[in-house]
Amino acid sequence: MTFTMGGVHPEENKFSEHAAIVTLPLPKQAIIPLGQNLGAPPKPLVKKGDEVKTGQLIAKGEAFISANLHSPVAGKVARLDESVDSSGYRRMAIHIDVTGDEWDENIDTSPDVVREITLGKQEIIQRIKDCGIVGLGGATFPTHVKLMIPDGKKAEFLIINGVECEPYLTSDHRLMLEKGEEMLIGIKILMKALEVDTAIIGIENNKPDAIKHLNELCIRYQGIRVQPLKVKYPQGGEKQLIKATVNREVPSGKLPLEVGCVVSNVGTAFAVYEAVQKNKPLVERVVTVTGKSVRKPSNFLVRIGTPVAELIQAAEGLPENTGKVINGGPMMGKALTTIDVPVTKGSSGILVMNKEESNRQRQNPCVRCSKCTEVCPMGLEPYLLAKLAKLALYEKAEKEMVMDCIECGSCQFTCPSQLPLLDFLRLGKQRVGHLIRTRK
Amino acid sequence: MNMFTISGSPHVHGDENVKKIMYTVVYAMIPAMLVSVYFFGLDAIRVLLVSVLSCLFFEWAIQKYIIKGPLTINDGSAVVAGILLAFNIPANIPWWIIVIGALVTIGVAKMSFGGLGKNPFNPALVGRVFMLISFPVQMTSWPIPKPILEGGFITDAVTGPTALGLLKEGVGAGKTIDQIMSDPEMPAYIDRLTGNMTGSLGEMSAIALILGGIYMVWRKVINWQLPVSIILTVFVFAGIFHLIDPQHYIDPMFHLFTGGLMLGAIYMATDMVSSPMNMSGKVLYGVGIGLLTIIIRLWGAYPEGISFAILIMNAFVPLINNSFKPKRFGLLTKK
Repeated sequence: MTFTMGGVHPEENKFSEHAAIVTLPLPKQAIIPLGQNLGAPPKPLVKKGDEVKTGQLIAKGEAFISANLHSPVAGKVARLDESVDSSGYRRMAIHIDVTGDEWDENIDTSPDVVREITLGKQEIIQRIKDCGIVGLGGATFPTHVKLMIPDGKKAEFLIINGVECEPYLTSDHRLMLEKGEEMLIGIKILMKALEVDTAIIGIENNKPDAIKHLNELCIRYQGIRVQPLKVKYPQGGEKQLIKATVNREVPSGKLPLEVGCVVSNVGTAFAVYEAVQKNKPLVERVVTVTGKSVRKPSNFLVRIGTPVAELIQAAEGLPENTGKVINGGPMMGKALTTIDVPVTKGSSGILVMNKEESNRQRQNPCVRCSKCTEVCPMGLEPYLLAKLAKLALYEKAEKEMVMDCIECGSCQFTCPSQLPLLDFLRLGKQRVGHLIRTRK
Repeated sequence: MNMFTISGSPHVHGDENVKKIMYTVVYAMIPAMLVSVYFFGLDAIRVLLVSVLSCLFFEWAIQKYIIKGPLTINDGSAVVAGILLAFNIPANIPWWIIVIGALVTIGVAKMSFGGLGKNPFNPALVGRVFMLISFPVQMTSWPIPKPILEGGFITDAVTGPTALGLLKEGVGAGKTIDQIMSDPEMPAYIDRLTGNMTGSLGEMSAIALILGGIYMVWRKVINWQLPVSIILTVFVFAGIFHLIDPQHYIDPMFHLFTGGLMLGAIYMATDMVSSPMNMSGKVLYGVGIGLLTIIIRLWGAYPEGISFAILIMNAFVPLINNSFKPKRFGLLTKK
């Protein structure tokens, strides 16, 4: 099974798929940007000189779409100021000098698996909110908001994204293998909060070990099943995954709930388990460090706020011929300006690329081959949308549904003329978005 | 301090490029080229060489001295245009007519619009139609094929009409189909398949052309839907008339394997630049080409109509692109 429309097959290059998750030592200084979630950044609760413990609330999400932030280390707040984060912009961040790892006393840090779910629906959602859980697939949408189903809507399926369709990345794969049981408990918790009876874990066929492992565990967890999927990018896209698993199409401009689905990542399910069963806020995550020249492609369990440079160091250093460092995978990740930026809640991998892979090839004129249209998983015409954006014909671009673009990059990946289609599609989306907002 | 490259995603690229596509088309034309050399010997090589070299020369010269842009002859598109032009002309045509045809193909039909990717009409067809109108005698005297194995390295002065020419002439003279088919010059079915008949260089063997077409479909350079829609339309449309009056309209299989139909459907109509972008549009375009081809063949002044049919449909491509959109995700389920 897979989604029907478009899609591409990039080289998988999953070098680190057999590397077990290794816990990384604490950094000397943790840099915690405030804006780690989609929506409004939380308000800081600490000031310079404050002593904090691991897991202590340091910034509170007050807006409807916002998420709490907790200290990932124990130490002393060095300063609050603007520093460059993975987006390349200067944003407000809390810098903490690490003195140790003394956890907040309400947090259960034992390795025991807690299977019994004692909290009720509302308490679960509140706990997830308190613990600052966001979607760990990369979009960092606050999870508690997703769980609050508006009146008149009903969720039928919880779809768990274990696809990891980005080449190179293996953090979700390793998590499914090593924390499968905790993840299933997390899924049960989410099912309770959403009041759904069925959860489907979508996993691509290139991870047979994860499919087998979770299938065995699922016997003990009623209502959860694994759906193996044919490998195709961008299957991890929310709309594509829903199409692939339950064969429903989310209407243009609508949320998955419109077709009775809620989608969550496997990493999020694990974080939900830790929050609800262990009262542990989101202060660490699994990050893949990989690349063709990386000496030791690895999967690290790291604290939020650890500089990317330390992760690369732990993978035996930055290769000589490094040309580009990407936060995320090669298809949708962002190129970093510097490796001094910290790991945030949305970092799933660090990809180091060689100099010769780093630059785009020479462009040719569009030969109107229509391959971009064939591979677009949303049925759009990227060549046309790119041209409309270039010519600043934004109203026409809106009619041609530029806002439906999921920025998966399949068009640009395929383009035989090496045209920067997605660059222009992003420009178009940004301008059309502005147009729509000013119209209201 | 390390300086990193910054660019937007995606950071990887598939291994497709324009040059690869163009050379895939060239490889796909090798069987048909071999067939033409087999039947026309050195003359076929002469036409192919003159055509390809003059196309390359004009592309280079125009790019260098008029457009003053970077070198573009490496991208393979001029080679493809040159071979296609050669495929559309008789083997014994004087060399200077080929050069003029190449100038029209590259200079008028391609470079004057801005070069690769900008031409609204298929360049090789524009060149061919220009030659057909300007040099009607030379463009319609086809040499009799002489297989190399039977000692024919060059064609001789004996020329003959094409199967479609015989048909048009016969129908015009009021003969019945049976009378026309009994003409000793009319090629047998097996000859129409293998290419042992008079005709332009590349339209000889349907088998060789289909072979190349399958290769291009496999390499994803063309979609099978477009050539199939042309061929099916020709078959159905010609078939209807054949059923109405079999003594006045020949059977549809004859139309499929004579003239430039296979060449046009597989190699000319599928030209990326001048064909529609979306699948539904491609099929409509193919149906249009099929209908126009048969209309010209049955009732037009020329015995063969596929070149005109493709050029006429080329003109509709912008309109087709505007009104035939791909199926959008999430638009069908809207209540």
